[in-house]
Amino acid sequence: MIDLIVIPLLQIVFVLTGVLIAVMYLVLLERKIQAWVQVRLGPMRVGPHGILQPIADVLKLFIKEDITPVKADRWVFTAAPIVVLVPALIAFAVIPFGSSVSLFGKKISLAIADINVGLLYIVAVASLGVYGIILGGWSSNSKYPLLASLRASAQLVSYEVAVTLTFVSVILTAGTLSMVGIVNAQFNNGVWFLFVQPLAFAIYFIGGLAETNRAPFDLPEAEQELVGGFHTEYSGMRFALFFLAEYTNMIIVSSVATTLFLGGWLPPFPNVRALAFLYYVPSWMWFTLKTLLLLYLFLWIRATLPRYRYDQLMRIGWKVLIPLAIANIVVTGAGKVLLGS
Amino acid sequence: MFNTDELVINMGPQHPATHGVLRVVLKLDGEKVVDADVVIGYLHRGIEKLSEHRDWTQIVMLTDRMDYCASAAANLGYCETVEKLLSLEVPRRARYIRTVLAELQRIASHLVWVGSHAMDIGAVTVFLFALRERELVLDLFEEFCGARLTYNSMRIGGVPQDIPPGWDKRVLKFCDIMDEKLAEYETLLTRNRIWLGRTRGIGVISGPEAVAIGLSGPPLRASGVRRDVRKDEPYAAYDEFEFDIPLGSRGDTYDRYLVRLEEFRQSTRIIRQAIEGLPAGPVLGKAPRLIRPPAGETYHANESPKGEIGFFIVSDGKSTSPYRFRVRPPSFCNLQALPRLIRGHLVADVIAVIGTIDIVLGEVDR
Repeated sequence: MIDLIVIPLLQIVFVLTGVLIAVMYLVLLERKIQAWVQVRLGPMRVGPHGILQPIADVLKLFIKEDITPVKADRWVFTAAPIVVLVPALIAFAVIPFGSSVSLFGKKISLAIADINVGLLYIVAVASLGVYGIILGGWSSNSKYPLLASLRASAQLVSYEVAVTLTFVSVILTAGTLSMVGIVNAQFNNGVWFLFVQPLAFAIYFIGGLAETNRAPFDLPEAEQELVGGFHTEYSGMRFALFFLAEYTNMIIVSSVATTLFLGGWLPPFPNVRALAFLYYVPSWMWFTLKTLLLLYLFLWIRATLPRYRYDQLMRIGWKVLIPLAIANIVVTGAGKVLLGS
Repeated sequence: MFNTDELVINMGPQHPATHGVLRVVLKLDGEKVVDADVVIGYLHRGIEKLSEHRDWTQIVMLTDRMDYCASAAANLGYCETVEKLLSLEVPRRARYIRTVLAELQRIASHLVWVGSHAMDIGAVTVFLFALRERELVLDLFEEFCGARLTYNSMRIGGVPQDIPPGWDKRVLKFCDIMDEKLAEYETLLTRNRIWLGRTRGIGVISGPEAVAIGLSGPPLRASGVRRDVRKDEPYAAYDEFEFDIPLGSRGDTYDRYLVRLEEFRQSTRIIRQAIEGLPAGPVLGKAPRLIRPPAGETYHANESPKGEIGFFIVSDGKSTSPYRFRVRPPSFCNLQALPRLIRGHLVADVIAVIGTIDIVLGEVDR
């Protein structure tokens, strides 16, 4: 009873709150890092160095008036933010944040669910979010959001292919679809898959940038071109849901990358005896550290690069990333056969 | 079965990237621009008509309000036109100071351009870097005349006051900083693949076409036409300095970017020469207390950061204000090229092209 219901429920509550707080502070982190890159200070007023800024932001979004445009399709308009956010949140179910912890004499795994098709689950769930974007853009019944949502769906669908193909090469290397299994495979392998599959990591990261609509692929919400993007007509908390979903997706992309390529919760060089003391750092801390590193990369890139144009973006997706990902699978498969492992 | 009409979309007048209140009515086929119609006039304040009811010295203040990113350039253009009407001799020191001010203004205006242009294409950091340097120019202007945006920094016959002590040293120091910081923008943009992809081959216009449409300033020179008022019809003290006119060859957005970036360097070069060779003497010529130019008309053009800014003024010889006052605003004339430049490109390029022709709506509408 306790194992079946109470612990998973607690896990879910814990992860959900954790993720939501992480998202709030990710926004602050982004503003701070961007400010530092741009020789500014960033938020400084709410709390020391602005650390209470996210709370103020959320409060503001809660009390804002929630406007539904007269010409909007009410039901779809309401449903769209939910359709975007929910898949982003439930994807966390299979991500192993650490190996396991002992609480009150019970060994608790730090993944809510370790299912044997974990990676497939993530691909399936992550691809649902695009429906929300299309619905949101279409139901607003306004021209700019429509253009933006068309852009977004084309972009997400095409980069999804490249990203999923990189998963295939990781699966080939690890021999399993389970997220925990992949981390264990990296332990047995002795090195992170980043060094075994560097190309796959690069493609995954670029694809991840595009899938989360981050710069330089932030066309769907290119403020300078399309005003606000697909959520132009949204306000208040509904807008906040889109916003939440974007940052949640960033965390997912980073944590999946950590699990697949950076050894998940494992410390660096997990098999080297001389470095065994690294195990004293809790496993979830390694995971958080690696994920933060990747998130920082996201923010850094945003502060540095201009934006691609729509056709250039599609060209990169279809003519560069997908062929490279396929070639990578072929090479991985050939290597597997030749090395006989 | 399917409705395949063109999508008419209204870009502006409240749009984050139309640099003020420009309105462009775009006809789109998918994301491709089929046609564009530029609507202006949202910032019209009637400066030309207003000038016909102010006396000659008061108009300097009105010229500030045209191109508010480069008000010293308009001050200079207007004052020189009136001096031409009056056949007034301007002291050499004043002409040197005016040149320094005009070139500082060119740097400030180009900084706004490089910042907003880059921000439109998504490189937000460049914007803040550029404004950081512009702040230094504004400080220099503030020291000189007390104002930071609308300077009113010139008088008919010279400049209102001599430079403050130590100002020349600080200007030279700023030139060094500027040359150094230019490298930062170049690192972020010049060889950036995304930047190249977004600007190369976008909004191409050939030299003869550019002349036919009336382009001037950096957009004209990027198309390979050698025309710079500073060299062709020298004013202020430009005939006494050495500088090059950067030219482009392809006439696309990237060339216009390179031309303006080189103009930064030429501007600091001019400023250094002017400050080092600053002659002694008075800074205000012998202008009459009550200005009443003899009857006649004149046209005088200057090279403002945006292009050729010309003043056509008619004096009836009796009244204390111009009989007719007309400006040839470079932003307005350059804006004419917009529909021609964006036809056939994508929506995203519209933003890049609006940025590259560097308009200020205050000057377009006057």
